[in-house]
Amino acid sequence: MALFLFKRLITLLATLAGTSIVVFAVLEVLPGNAAQVLMGPDASPEAVAALTAKLGLDQPALTRYGQWIAGLLTGDMGLSYAYSTPVGELVMQRLTLTVPLALMAMALTVVLALAAGVYAAARHHKAGDVGVMGLTQVGIAIPNFWFAILLILLFAVHLKWFAAGGFPGWEDGMLDGLRALILPALSLAVVQAAILARITRSSVLEVLREDFVRTARAKGASPRRVMWGHVLRNAMIPVITVMGLQFAELLAGTIVVESVFYLPGLGRLIFQSIANRDLIVVRNCVMLLAVMVVVVNFVVDVLYAVIDPRVKASDI
Amino acid sequence: MTSLGQRALRHPSFAIGLVLTTLLVAVAALSLVWTPHSPYEIDMALRLRAPDASHWLGTDPYGRDIASLLLVGARASIVVGVIAVGIGLVIGVGLGLLAAARRGWVEEALMRVCDFGFAFPAILSAIMLTAVFGPGMVNAIVAIGIYNIPTFARITRASANAVWAREYILAARASGQSTWAITWEHVLPNIASVLVVQTTIRFAIAILAEAALSYLGLGTQPPQPSWGRMLSEAQTLLFQAPMLAVYPGVAIALAVLGLNLLGDGLRDLSDPKLARKR
Repeated sequence: MALFLFKRLITLLATLAGTSIVVFAVLEVLPGNAAQVLMGPDASPEAVAALTAKLGLDQPALTRYGQWIAGLLTGDMGLSYAYSTPVGELVMQRLTLTVPLALMAMALTVVLALAAGVYAAARHHKAGDVGVMGLTQVGIAIPNFWFAILLILLFAVHLKWFAAGGFPGWEDGMLDGLRALILPALSLAVVQAAILARITRSSVLEVLREDFVRTARAKGASPRRVMWGHVLRNAMIPVITVMGLQFAELLAGTIVVESVFYLPGLGRLIFQSIANRDLIVVRNCVMLLAVMVVVVNFVVDVLYAVIDPRVKASDI
Repeated sequence: MTSLGQRALRHPSFAIGLVLTTLLVAVAALSLVWTPHSPYEIDMALRLRAPDASHWLGTDPYGRDIASLLLVGARASIVVGVIAVGIGLVIGVGLGLLAAARRGWVEEALMRVCDFGFAFPAILSAIMLTAVFGPGMVNAIVAIGIYNIPTFARITRASANAVWAREYILAARASGQSTWAITWEHVLPNIASVLVVQTTIRFAIAILAEAALSYLGLGTQPPQPSWGRMLSEAQTLLFQAPMLAVYPGVAIALAVLGLNLLGDGLRDLSDPKLARKR
Protein backbone atom coordinates (compact mmCIF):
# COMPACT_ATOMS: atom_id res chain seq x y z
CA MET A 1 0.00 0.00 0.00
CA ALA A 2 2.83 2.38 0.92
CA LEU A 3 4.50 1.81 -2.47
CA PHE A 4 1.20 2.28 -4.30
CA LEU A 5 0.51 5.49 -2.42
CA PHE A 6 4.03 6.73 -3.08
CA LYS A 7 3.76 6.01 -6.81
CA ARG A 8 0.38 7.73 -7.05
CA LEU A 9 1.71 10.71 -5.11
CA ILE A 10 4.66 11.07 -7.52
CA THR A 11 2.20 10.92 -10.45
CA LEU A 12 0.03 13.53 -8.76
CA LEU A 13 2.96 15.91 -8.30
CA ALA A 14 4.16 15.35 -11.87
CA THR A 15 0.63 16.01 -13.17
CA LEU A 16 0.35 19.20 -11.14
CA ALA A 17 3.77 20.37 -12.36
CA GLY A 18 2.81 19.62 -15.98
CA THR A 19 -0.51 21.38 -15.56
CA SER A 20 1.14 24.48 -14.13
CA ILE A 21 3.62 24.59 -17.03
CA VAL A 22 0.79 24.36 -19.59
CA VAL A 23 -1.26 27.04 -17.82
CA PHE A 24 1.76 29.32 -17.53
CA ALA A 25 2.83 28.76 -21.15
CA VAL A 26 -0.65 29.38 -22.56
CA LEU A 27 -1.65 32.33 -20.38
CA GLU A 28 1.69 34.02 -19.72
CA VAL A 29 4.17 33.26 -22.49
CA LEU A 30 1.83 32.83 -25.49
CA PRO A 31 0.09 36.24 -25.32
CA GLY A 32 3.43 38.07 -25.35
CA ASN A 33 3.56 41.05 -23.02
CA ALA A 34 0.74 40.98 -20.45
CA ALA A 35 1.17 44.73 -19.91
CA GLN A 36 0.43 45.33 -23.60
CA VAL A 37 -2.59 43.00 -23.39
CA LEU A 38 -3.81 44.85 -20.31
CA MET A 39 -3.43 48.36 -21.75
CA GLY A 40 -4.70 47.50 -25.22
CA PRO A 41 -3.06 47.97 -28.63
CA ASP A 42 -3.33 51.79 -28.57
CA ALA A 43 -1.23 52.34 -25.43
CA SER A 44 2.00 54.32 -25.84
CA PRO A 45 5.23 52.26 -25.76
CA GLU A 46 6.50 54.27 -22.76
CA ALA A 47 3.40 53.51 -20.71
CA VAL A 48 3.60 49.84 -21.63
CA ALA A 49 7.29 49.74 -20.69
CA ALA A 50 6.56 51.40 -17.35
CA LEU A 51 3.79 48.93 -16.53
CA THR A 52 5.97 46.03 -17.70
CA ALA A 53 8.64 47.04 -15.22
CA LYS A 54 6.10 47.67 -12.47
CA LEU A 55 4.55 44.22 -12.87
CA GLY A 56 7.97 42.57 -13.10
CA LEU A 57 7.21 41.28 -16.61
CA ASP A 58 10.67 42.25 -17.88
CA GLN A 59 12.18 39.31 -16.03
CA PRO A 60 12.82 36.02 -17.86
CA ALA A 61 9.83 33.64 -18.15
CA LEU A 62 11.55 31.00 -16.04
CA THR A 63 12.06 33.45 -13.15
CA ARG A 64 8.43 34.55 -13.34
CA TYR A 65 7.28 30.91 -13.39
CA GLY A 66 9.39 30.22 -10.30
CA GLN A 67 7.96 33.27 -8.54
CA TRP A 68 4.40 32.21 -9.44
CA ILE A 69 4.87 28.66 -8.10
CA ALA A 70 6.63 29.90 -4.94
CA GLY A 71 3.73 32.34 -4.46
CA LEU A 72 1.12 29.60 -5.00
CA LEU A 73 2.79 27.40 -2.40
CA THR A 74 2.79 30.22 0.16
CA GLY A 75 -0.76 31.29 -0.71
CA ASP A 76 0.29 34.50 -2.48
CA MET A 77 -1.21 34.66 -5.98
CA GLY A 78 -0.08 38.20 -6.73
CA LEU A 79 -2.11 41.35 -7.41
CA SER A 80 -4.98 41.56 -9.84
CA TYR A 81 -4.10 44.05 -12.61
CA ALA A 82 -7.69 45.25 -12.91
CA TYR A 83 -8.83 45.31 -9.27
CA SER A 84 -5.42 46.04 -7.67
CA THR A 85 -6.40 43.64 -4.90
CA PRO A 86 -4.65 40.37 -4.03
CA VAL A 87 -5.85 37.59 -6.35
CA GLY A 88 -5.96 35.20 -3.38
CA GLU A 89 -8.56 37.40 -1.65
CA LEU A 90 -10.72 37.61 -4.79
CA VAL A 91 -10.55 33.87 -5.28
CA MET A 92 -11.33 32.97 -1.66
CA GLN A 93 -14.34 35.27 -1.71
CA ARG A 94 -15.69 33.58 -4.87
CA LEU A 95 -14.98 30.08 -3.56
CA THR A 96 -17.48 30.66 -0.72
CA LEU A 97 -20.11 30.42 -3.45
CA THR A 98 -18.63 27.90 -5.89
CA VAL A 99 -17.65 25.24 -3.35
CA PRO A 100 -21.05 25.13 -1.56
CA LEU A 101 -22.73 25.08 -4.98
CA ALA A 102 -20.65 22.11 -6.16
CA LEU A 103 -21.17 20.26 -2.85
CA MET A 104 -24.92 20.87 -2.94
CA ALA A 105 -25.06 19.65 -6.54
CA MET A 106 -23.07 16.54 -5.59
CA ALA A 107 -25.41 15.75 -2.68
CA LEU A 108 -28.46 16.13 -4.96
CA THR A 109 -26.76 13.96 -7.59
CA VAL A 110 -26.15 11.14 -5.12
CA VAL A 111 -29.68 11.20 -3.68
CA LEU A 112 -31.38 11.30 -7.09
CA ALA A 113 -29.06 8.71 -8.64
CA LEU A 114 -29.24 6.13 -5.84
CA ALA A 115 -33.02 6.38 -5.64
CA ALA A 116 -33.50 6.09 -9.41
CA GLY A 117 -30.81 3.43 -9.90
CA VAL A 118 -32.01 1.13 -7.11
CA TYR A 119 -35.65 1.60 -8.14
CA ALA A 120 -34.84 0.63 -11.75
CA ALA A 121 -32.68 -2.36 -10.76
CA ALA A 122 -35.37 -3.71 -8.41
CA ARG A 123 -37.81 -3.64 -11.35
CA HIS A 124 -35.41 -4.99 -13.96
CA HIS A 125 -37.08 -5.15 -17.42
CA LYS A 126 -40.43 -3.99 -16.02
CA ALA A 127 -42.21 -0.74 -16.86
CA GLY A 128 -40.59 1.16 -13.96
CA ASP A 129 -37.09 0.20 -15.13
CA VAL A 130 -37.76 1.11 -18.77
CA GLY A 131 -39.31 4.40 -17.70
CA VAL A 132 -36.44 5.43 -15.43
CA MET A 133 -33.83 4.40 -18.01
CA GLY A 134 -35.67 6.40 -20.68
CA LEU A 135 -35.67 9.42 -18.36
CA THR A 136 -31.93 9.06 -17.74
CA GLN A 137 -31.28 9.06 -21.50
CA VAL A 138 -33.19 12.35 -21.73
CA GLY A 139 -31.32 13.65 -18.66
CA ILE A 140 -27.94 12.93 -20.24
CA ALA A 141 -28.98 14.64 -23.50
CA ILE A 142 -30.14 17.90 -21.87
CA PRO A 143 -27.48 20.63 -21.64
CA ASN A 144 -27.21 21.77 -18.01
CA PHE A 145 -27.49 25.46 -18.92
CA TRP A 146 -30.71 24.82 -20.86
CA PHE A 147 -32.16 22.88 -17.95
CA ALA A 148 -31.20 25.86 -15.79
CA ILE A 149 -33.12 28.20 -18.11
CA LEU A 150 -36.15 25.86 -18.02
CA LEU A 151 -36.01 25.87 -14.20
CA ILE A 152 -35.96 29.68 -14.25
CA LEU A 153 -38.93 29.68 -16.64
CA LEU A 154 -40.95 27.40 -14.37
CA PHE A 155 -39.96 28.46 -10.86
CA ALA A 156 -39.09 32.13 -11.34
CA VAL A 157 -41.17 33.33 -14.30
CA HIS A 158 -44.35 31.24 -13.84
CA LEU A 159 -44.55 30.16 -10.21
CA LYS A 160 -42.41 33.02 -8.80
CA TRP A 161 -41.10 30.74 -6.01
CA PHE A 162 -37.46 31.67 -6.57
CA ALA A 163 -35.53 34.64 -7.92
CA ALA A 164 -34.37 34.30 -11.54
CA GLY A 165 -30.75 34.73 -10.44
CA GLY A 166 -28.32 36.61 -8.26
CA PHE A 167 -26.96 35.80 -4.83
CA PRO A 168 -27.78 37.63 -1.55
CA GLY A 169 -24.55 36.52 0.15
CA TRP A 170 -24.14 34.54 3.36
CA GLU A 171 -24.30 37.58 5.66
CA ASP A 172 -28.13 37.72 5.86
CA GLY A 173 -28.34 34.15 7.07
CA MET A 174 -27.61 30.73 5.60
CA LEU A 175 -31.16 30.08 4.42
CA ASP A 176 -31.29 32.93 1.89
CA GLY A 177 -27.95 31.87 0.46
CA LEU A 178 -28.92 28.20 0.20
CA ARG A 179 -32.24 29.15 -1.36
CA ALA A 180 -30.44 31.06 -4.13
CA LEU A 181 -28.29 27.99 -4.83
CA ILE A 182 -31.11 25.42 -5.06
CA LEU A 183 -31.98 25.91 -8.74
CA PRO A 184 -28.33 26.16 -9.87
CA ALA A 185 -27.44 23.03 -7.91
CA LEU A 186 -30.44 21.17 -9.31
CA SER A 187 -29.55 22.05 -12.90
CA LEU A 188 -25.99 20.82 -12.34
CA ALA A 189 -27.15 17.67 -10.58
CA VAL A 190 -29.72 16.37 -13.06
CA VAL A 191 -27.27 15.47 -15.84
CA GLN A 192 -24.76 13.87 -13.47
CA ALA A 193 -27.54 12.05 -11.61
CA ALA A 194 -28.75 10.57 -14.90
CA ILE A 195 -25.27 9.16 -15.58
CA LEU A 196 -24.80 7.93 -12.01
CA ALA A 197 -28.26 6.33 -11.92
CA ARG A 198 -27.37 4.16 -14.93
CA ILE A 199 -24.13 3.07 -13.26
CA THR A 200 -25.91 2.37 -9.96
CA ARG A 201 -28.51 0.28 -11.77
CA SER A 202 -26.02 -1.89 -13.66
CA SER A 203 -23.82 -2.29 -10.57
CA VAL A 204 -26.80 -3.34 -8.44
CA LEU A 205 -27.96 -5.79 -11.13
CA GLU A 206 -24.47 -7.30 -11.19
CA VAL A 207 -24.45 -7.82 -7.42
CA LEU A 208 -28.02 -9.19 -7.42
CA ARG A 209 -26.69 -12.21 -9.37
CA GLU A 210 -24.17 -13.09 -6.65
CA ASP A 211 -24.53 -16.21 -4.53
CA PHE A 212 -24.59 -14.35 -1.22
CA VAL A 213 -27.74 -12.52 -2.33
CA ARG A 214 -29.44 -15.87 -2.94
CA THR A 215 -28.28 -17.02 0.49
CA ALA A 216 -29.65 -13.88 2.14
CA ARG A 217 -32.98 -14.42 0.38
CA ALA A 218 -33.04 -18.10 1.32
CA LYS A 219 -32.51 -17.12 4.94
CA GLY A 220 -35.75 -15.19 4.66
CA ALA A 221 -34.44 -11.62 4.61
CA SER A 222 -37.01 -9.17 3.27
CA PRO A 223 -36.41 -7.73 -0.25
CA ARG A 224 -35.83 -4.34 1.36
CA ARG A 225 -33.23 -5.74 3.76
CA VAL A 226 -31.49 -7.65 0.93
CA MET A 227 -31.34 -4.53 -1.26
CA TRP A 228 -30.21 -1.98 1.33
CA GLY A 229 -28.25 -4.27 3.67
CA HIS A 230 -26.45 -6.59 1.27
CA VAL A 231 -26.65 -5.47 -2.35
CA LEU A 232 -26.16 -1.73 -2.14
CA ARG A 233 -23.11 -1.94 0.09
CA ASN A 234 -21.36 -4.19 -2.41
CA ALA A 235 -22.57 -2.25 -5.43
CA MET A 236 -21.09 1.01 -4.19
CA ILE A 237 -17.48 0.50 -5.38
CA PRO A 238 -17.95 1.53 -9.03
CA VAL A 239 -20.52 4.11 -7.97
CA ILE A 240 -18.03 5.87 -5.68
CA THR A 241 -15.37 5.90 -8.39
CA VAL A 242 -17.71 7.60 -10.83
CA MET A 243 -18.87 10.04 -8.14
CA GLY A 244 -15.31 11.31 -7.77
CA LEU A 245 -14.97 11.89 -11.50
CA GLN A 246 -18.34 13.62 -11.48
CA PHE A 247 -17.29 16.05 -8.79
CA ALA A 248 -14.64 17.30 -11.21
CA GLU A 249 -17.31 17.61 -13.92
CA LEU A 250 -19.54 19.53 -11.51
CA LEU A 251 -16.74 21.98 -10.74
CA ALA A 252 -16.26 22.67 -14.45
CA GLY A 253 -20.03 22.86 -14.87
CA THR A 254 -20.31 25.62 -12.28
CA ILE A 255 -18.58 27.96 -14.75
CA VAL A 256 -21.59 27.72 -17.10
CA VAL A 257 -24.34 27.56 -14.51
CA GLU A 258 -22.98 30.56 -12.57
CA SER A 259 -23.34 32.53 -15.79
CA VAL A 260 -26.96 31.44 -16.25
CA PHE A 261 -27.94 32.51 -12.73
CA TYR A 262 -25.60 35.55 -12.49
CA LEU A 263 -23.90 34.07 -9.43
CA PRO A 264 -20.67 35.77 -8.29
CA GLY A 265 -18.59 32.59 -8.15
CA LEU A 266 -15.21 31.52 -9.49
CA GLY A 267 -16.59 30.98 -13.01
CA ARG A 268 -17.95 34.52 -13.22
CA LEU A 269 -14.65 35.86 -11.92
CA ILE A 270 -12.85 34.08 -14.76
CA PHE A 271 -15.21 35.66 -17.31
CA GLN A 272 -14.95 39.14 -15.88
CA SER A 273 -11.18 38.78 -15.84
CA ILE A 274 -11.11 37.70 -19.49
CA ALA A 275 -13.15 40.81 -20.31
CA ASN A 276 -10.77 42.93 -18.18
CA ARG A 277 -7.78 41.20 -19.81
CA ASP A 278 -6.67 40.43 -16.29
CA LEU A 279 -4.57 37.40 -17.23
CA ILE A 280 -3.07 36.91 -13.78
CA VAL A 281 -6.53 36.23 -12.32
CA VAL A 282 -7.48 33.94 -15.23
CA ARG A 283 -4.21 32.04 -14.83
CA ASN A 284 -4.67 31.47 -11.08
CA CYS A 285 -8.35 30.55 -11.36
CA VAL A 286 -7.76 28.08 -14.19
CA MET A 287 -4.89 26.55 -12.23
CA LEU A 288 -7.05 26.31 -9.12
CA LEU A 289 -9.85 24.50 -10.98
CA ALA A 290 -7.33 22.15 -12.63
CA VAL A 291 -5.74 21.41 -9.24
CA MET A 292 -9.14 20.58 -7.76
CA VAL A 293 -9.89 18.22 -10.66
CA VAL A 294 -6.51 16.48 -10.37
CA VAL A 295 -6.64 16.18 -6.58
CA VAL A 296 -10.20 14.80 -6.61
CA ASN A 297 -9.14 12.17 -9.16
CA PHE A 298 -6.16 11.28 -7.00
CA VAL A 299 -8.32 10.86 -3.90
CA VAL A 300 -10.70 8.65 -5.87
CA ASP A 301 -7.83 6.45 -7.09
CA VAL A 302 -6.54 6.01 -3.55
CA LEU A 303 -10.02 5.43 -2.09
CA TYR A 304 -10.65 2.86 -4.78
CA ALA A 305 -7.51 0.98 -3.78
CA VAL A 306 -8.55 1.12 -0.12
CA ILE A 307 -12.00 -0.28 -0.90
CA ASP A 308 -10.88 -2.85 -3.46
CA PRO A 309 -7.40 -4.29 -2.74
CA ARG A 310 -7.26 -5.93 -6.19
CA VAL A 311 -6.49 -2.53 -7.72
CA LYS A 312 -3.01 -2.45 -6.21
CA ALA A 313 -2.07 -5.76 -7.79
CA SER A 314 -2.63 -4.40 -11.28
CA ASP A 315 -1.12 -1.05 -10.25
CA ILE A 316 -2.76 1.66 -12.28
CA MET B 1 -30.37 -16.48 -37.37
CA THR B 2 -31.35 -13.03 -38.53
CA SER B 3 -29.10 -10.70 -40.44
CA LEU B 4 -27.36 -7.81 -38.71
CA GLY B 5 -29.56 -5.33 -40.59
CA GLN B 6 -32.76 -6.91 -39.34
CA ARG B 7 -31.44 -7.13 -35.79
CA ALA B 8 -30.39 -3.51 -35.98
CA LEU B 9 -33.80 -2.23 -37.05
CA ARG B 10 -35.49 -4.21 -34.29
CA HIS B 11 -33.18 -2.71 -31.66
CA PRO B 12 -35.20 0.20 -30.27
CA SER B 13 -32.32 2.49 -29.22
CA PHE B 14 -30.47 1.94 -32.46
CA ALA B 15 -33.58 2.57 -34.58
CA ILE B 16 -34.60 5.75 -32.73
CA GLY B 17 -30.99 6.96 -32.64
CA LEU B 18 -30.57 6.36 -36.37
CA VAL B 19 -33.76 8.29 -37.17
CA LEU B 20 -32.79 11.28 -34.99
CA THR B 21 -29.19 11.38 -36.25
CA THR B 22 -30.31 11.13 -39.88
CA LEU B 23 -32.75 13.94 -39.19
CA LEU B 24 -29.93 16.11 -37.76
CA VAL B 25 -27.72 15.56 -40.80
CA ALA B 26 -30.66 16.00 -43.20
CA VAL B 27 -31.67 19.28 -41.56
CA ALA B 28 -28.13 20.63 -41.78
CA ALA B 29 -27.85 19.53 -45.41
CA LEU B 30 -31.23 21.05 -46.28
CA SER B 31 -30.19 24.37 -44.73
CA LEU B 32 -27.34 24.57 -47.24
CA VAL B 33 -29.79 24.82 -50.13
CA TRP B 34 -33.05 26.03 -48.58
CA THR B 35 -34.42 27.76 -45.50
CA PRO B 36 -37.92 29.24 -45.13
CA HIS B 37 -36.39 32.74 -44.68
CA SER B 38 -32.88 34.14 -44.54
CA PRO B 39 -31.43 33.50 -41.07
CA TYR B 40 -29.31 36.67 -41.38
CA GLU B 41 -31.95 39.19 -42.46
CA ILE B 42 -32.82 41.63 -39.67
CA ASP B 43 -36.28 43.21 -39.87
CA MET B 44 -37.31 45.03 -36.71
CA ALA B 45 -40.91 45.34 -37.99
CA LEU B 46 -41.20 41.56 -37.67
CA ARG B 47 -39.69 41.25 -34.19
CA LEU B 48 -41.05 38.63 -31.74
CA ARG B 49 -43.93 37.48 -33.97
CA ALA B 50 -46.03 34.53 -32.82
CA PRO B 51 -45.86 31.41 -34.99
CA ASP B 52 -47.90 31.64 -38.23
CA ALA B 53 -47.97 30.06 -41.69
CA SER B 54 -44.94 32.02 -42.88
CA HIS B 55 -42.88 31.90 -39.65
CA TRP B 56 -43.59 28.40 -38.29
CA LEU B 57 -41.97 29.02 -34.92
CA GLY B 58 -42.24 32.82 -34.88
CA THR B 59 -39.42 35.34 -35.00
CA ASP B 60 -36.64 36.46 -32.66
CA PRO B 61 -36.05 39.99 -31.23
CA TYR B 62 -34.35 41.00 -34.52
CA GLY B 63 -37.22 39.72 -36.66
CA ARG B 64 -35.27 36.70 -37.88
CA ASP B 65 -37.19 33.50 -38.58
CA ILE B 66 -36.67 31.01 -35.70
CA ALA B 67 -37.20 27.91 -37.85
CA SER B 68 -34.53 29.09 -40.31
CA LEU B 69 -32.11 29.88 -37.47
CA LEU B 70 -32.64 26.38 -36.04
CA LEU B 71 -32.02 24.73 -39.43
CA VAL B 72 -28.79 26.66 -40.01
CA GLY B 73 -27.77 26.22 -36.35
CA ALA B 74 -27.55 22.47 -36.93
CA ARG B 75 -24.59 23.18 -39.23
CA ALA B 76 -22.50 24.76 -36.47
CA SER B 77 -23.11 21.73 -34.23
CA ILE B 78 -22.14 19.29 -36.97
CA VAL B 79 -19.06 21.22 -38.15
CA VAL B 80 -17.72 21.60 -34.61
CA GLY B 81 -18.58 17.99 -33.78
CA VAL B 82 -16.99 16.48 -36.88
CA ILE B 83 -13.73 18.45 -36.71
CA ALA B 84 -13.32 18.30 -32.92
CA VAL B 85 -14.02 14.56 -32.77
CA GLY B 86 -11.83 14.12 -35.86
CA ILE B 87 -8.91 15.79 -34.06
CA GLY B 88 -9.45 13.58 -31.00
CA LEU B 89 -9.89 10.45 -33.11
CA VAL B 90 -6.84 10.86 -35.36
CA ILE B 91 -4.37 12.00 -32.68
CA GLY B 92 -5.85 9.94 -29.83
CA VAL B 93 -6.05 6.69 -31.80
CA GLY B 94 -2.55 7.26 -33.16
CA LEU B 95 -1.14 7.72 -29.66
CA GLY B 96 -3.12 4.77 -28.30
CA LEU B 97 -1.90 2.45 -31.07
CA LEU B 98 1.67 3.64 -30.54
CA ALA B 99 1.43 2.99 -26.80
CA ALA B 100 0.06 -0.52 -27.35
CA ALA B 101 2.62 -1.39 -30.03
CA ARG B 102 5.67 -0.06 -28.18
CA ARG B 103 4.72 -0.80 -24.55
CA GLY B 104 7.41 -0.04 -21.95
CA TRP B 105 8.35 3.56 -21.25
CA VAL B 106 6.62 4.91 -24.39
CA GLU B 107 3.28 3.56 -23.15
CA GLU B 108 3.94 4.81 -19.63
CA ALA B 109 4.91 8.31 -20.82
CA LEU B 110 1.98 8.64 -23.22
CA MET B 111 -0.56 7.53 -20.65
CA ARG B 112 0.82 9.95 -18.05
CA VAL B 113 0.51 12.79 -20.57
CA CYS B 114 -3.10 11.71 -21.13
CA ASP B 115 -3.66 11.76 -17.37
CA PHE B 116 -2.88 15.38 -17.28
CA GLY B 117 -5.03 16.09 -20.28
CA PHE B 118 -7.91 15.07 -18.00
CA ALA B 119 -7.14 18.05 -15.78
CA PHE B 120 -8.53 20.31 -18.51
CA PRO B 121 -12.23 19.86 -19.22
CA ALA B 122 -13.30 21.36 -22.59
CA ILE B 123 -14.62 24.48 -20.89
CA LEU B 124 -11.32 25.16 -19.14
CA SER B 125 -9.15 24.72 -22.24
CA ALA B 126 -11.60 26.86 -24.21
CA ILE B 127 -11.36 29.58 -21.57
CA MET B 128 -7.57 29.56 -21.75
CA LEU B 129 -7.59 29.74 -25.55
CA THR B 130 -10.21 32.49 -25.48
CA ALA B 131 -8.29 34.53 -22.92
CA VAL B 132 -5.32 34.58 -25.29
CA PHE B 133 -6.74 34.45 -28.82
CA GLY B 134 -10.24 35.83 -28.32
CA PRO B 135 -13.51 33.94 -28.73
CA GLY B 136 -14.41 32.08 -31.92
CA MET B 137 -15.52 28.86 -33.54
CA VAL B 138 -11.98 27.72 -34.38
CA ASN B 139 -10.80 28.08 -30.78
CA ALA B 140 -13.89 26.18 -29.61
CA ILE B 141 -13.13 23.37 -32.07
CA VAL B 142 -9.49 23.17 -30.97
CA ALA B 143 -10.46 23.18 -27.29
CA ILE B 144 -13.03 20.39 -27.71
CA GLY B 145 -10.59 18.49 -29.92
CA ILE B 146 -7.81 18.63 -27.31
CA TYR B 147 -10.29 17.47 -24.70
CA ASN B 148 -11.11 14.42 -26.84
CA ILE B 149 -7.53 13.25 -27.39
CA PRO B 150 -6.86 11.57 -24.00
CA THR B 151 -10.19 9.74 -24.05
CA PHE B 152 -9.55 8.22 -27.47
CA ALA B 153 -5.93 7.43 -26.58
CA ARG B 154 -6.92 5.54 -23.42
CA ILE B 155 -9.70 3.53 -25.05
CA THR B 156 -7.54 2.69 -28.07
CA ARG B 157 -4.65 1.56 -25.89
CA ALA B 158 -6.83 -0.61 -23.66
CA SER B 159 -8.58 -2.31 -26.59
CA ALA B 160 -5.37 -2.62 -28.63
CA ASN B 161 -3.53 -4.23 -25.71
CA ALA B 162 -6.27 -6.86 -25.56
CA VAL B 163 -5.85 -7.56 -29.28
CA TRP B 164 -2.05 -7.76 -28.98
CA ALA B 165 -2.46 -10.59 -26.46
CA ARG B 166 -4.34 -12.81 -28.94
CA GLU B 167 -2.89 -15.92 -30.64
CA TYR B 168 -3.35 -14.67 -34.19
CA ILE B 169 -1.04 -11.75 -33.42
CA LEU B 170 1.56 -14.24 -32.24
CA ALA B 171 1.09 -16.12 -35.51
CA ALA B 172 1.50 -12.90 -37.50
CA ARG B 173 4.66 -12.10 -35.56
CA ALA B 174 6.02 -15.59 -36.11
CA SER B 175 5.45 -15.17 -39.84
CA GLY B 176 7.69 -12.11 -39.70
CA GLN B 177 5.21 -9.24 -40.02
CA SER B 178 6.45 -5.92 -38.69
CA THR B 179 4.89 -4.20 -35.67
CA TRP B 180 3.33 -1.52 -37.88
CA ALA B 181 1.95 -4.00 -40.40
CA ILE B 182 0.31 -5.92 -37.53
CA THR B 183 -1.07 -2.70 -36.06
CA TRP B 184 -2.55 -1.68 -39.40
CA GLU B 185 -3.82 -5.07 -40.60
CA HIS B 186 -4.89 -6.77 -37.38
CA VAL B 187 -5.14 -4.40 -34.43
CA LEU B 188 -6.95 -1.45 -36.00
CA PRO B 189 -9.69 -3.49 -37.75
CA ASN B 190 -10.33 -5.40 -34.51
CA ILE B 191 -10.82 -2.30 -32.39
CA ALA B 192 -12.82 -0.42 -35.04
CA SER B 193 -16.21 -1.26 -33.52
CA VAL B 194 -15.15 0.12 -30.13
CA LEU B 195 -13.94 3.29 -31.84
CA VAL B 196 -17.16 3.72 -33.85
CA VAL B 197 -19.22 3.52 -30.65
CA GLN B 198 -16.92 5.97 -28.89
CA THR B 199 -16.96 8.38 -31.84
CA THR B 200 -20.76 8.56 -31.74
CA ILE B 201 -20.79 9.26 -28.02
CA ARG B 202 -17.98 11.84 -28.21
CA PHE B 203 -19.87 13.53 -31.05
CA ALA B 204 -22.81 13.97 -28.71
CA ILE B 205 -20.52 15.40 -26.02
CA ALA B 206 -18.95 17.75 -28.59
CA ILE B 207 -22.40 19.09 -29.53
CA LEU B 208 -23.12 19.76 -25.85
CA ALA B 209 -19.73 21.45 -25.40
CA GLU B 210 -20.20 23.62 -28.52
CA ALA B 211 -23.61 24.68 -27.27
CA ALA B 212 -22.22 25.56 -23.83
CA LEU B 213 -19.28 27.51 -25.28
CA SER B 214 -21.52 29.41 -27.71
CA TYR B 215 -23.95 30.12 -24.88
CA LEU B 216 -21.06 31.66 -22.93
CA GLY B 217 -20.08 33.67 -26.01
CA LEU B 218 -16.83 31.73 -26.49
CA GLY B 219 -17.91 29.59 -29.45
CA THR B 220 -19.68 30.36 -32.72
CA GLN B 221 -19.83 34.12 -33.26
CA PRO B 222 -22.62 36.25 -34.74
CA PRO B 223 -24.07 36.45 -37.31
CA GLN B 224 -23.48 32.69 -37.75
CA PRO B 225 -26.51 31.08 -36.06
CA SER B 226 -25.88 28.52 -33.34
CA TRP B 227 -28.24 26.83 -30.89
CA GLY B 228 -26.17 27.76 -27.86
CA ARG B 229 -26.15 31.46 -28.69
CA MET B 230 -29.86 31.45 -29.51
CA LEU B 231 -30.38 30.30 -25.92
CA SER B 232 -28.27 33.09 -24.45
CA GLU B 233 -30.16 35.68 -26.54
CA ALA B 234 -33.47 34.12 -25.48
CA GLN B 235 -32.56 34.29 -21.80
CA THR B 236 -32.82 38.10 -21.79
CA LEU B 237 -36.43 37.81 -22.99
CA LEU B 238 -37.72 35.04 -20.73
CA PHE B 239 -40.68 37.11 -19.59
CA GLN B 240 -41.83 38.36 -23.02
CA ALA B 241 -41.04 35.35 -25.21
CA PRO B 242 -40.43 32.20 -23.14
CA MET B 243 -40.73 29.85 -26.13
CA LEU B 244 -37.55 31.31 -27.66
CA ALA B 245 -35.66 29.58 -24.85
CA VAL B 246 -37.39 26.27 -25.52
CA TYR B 247 -36.86 25.51 -29.24
CA PRO B 248 -33.04 25.60 -29.43
CA GLY B 249 -32.77 23.48 -26.26
CA VAL B 250 -35.11 20.88 -27.74
CA ALA B 251 -32.95 20.83 -30.89
CA ILE B 252 -29.75 20.25 -28.86
CA ALA B 253 -31.37 17.60 -26.67
CA LEU B 254 -32.78 15.69 -29.67
CA ALA B 255 -29.42 15.75 -31.49
CA VAL B 256 -27.54 14.53 -28.40
CA LEU B 257 -30.20 11.95 -27.54
CA GLY B 258 -30.08 10.58 -31.10
CA LEU B 259 -26.30 10.17 -31.10
CA ASN B 260 -26.26 8.61 -27.62
CA LEU B 261 -28.99 6.10 -28.52
CA LEU B 262 -27.17 5.31 -31.77
CA GLY B 263 -23.95 4.70 -29.80
CA ASP B 264 -25.73 2.48 -27.26
CA GLY B 265 -27.39 0.54 -30.06
CA LEU B 266 -24.11 0.06 -31.92
CA ARG B 267 -22.47 -1.17 -28.74
CA ASP B 268 -25.21 -3.73 -28.11
CA LEU B 269 -25.16 -4.90 -31.72
CA SER B 270 -21.37 -5.27 -31.83
CA ASP B 271 -21.33 -7.16 -28.51
CA PRO B 272 -24.55 -9.17 -28.06
CA LYS B 273 -23.22 -10.75 -24.85
CA LEU B 274 -23.10 -7.36 -23.21
CA ALA B 275 -26.59 -6.50 -24.44
CA ARG B 276 -28.09 -9.57 -22.79
CA LYS B 277 -26.47 -8.72 -19.49
CA ARG B 278 -27.86 -5.21 -19.39
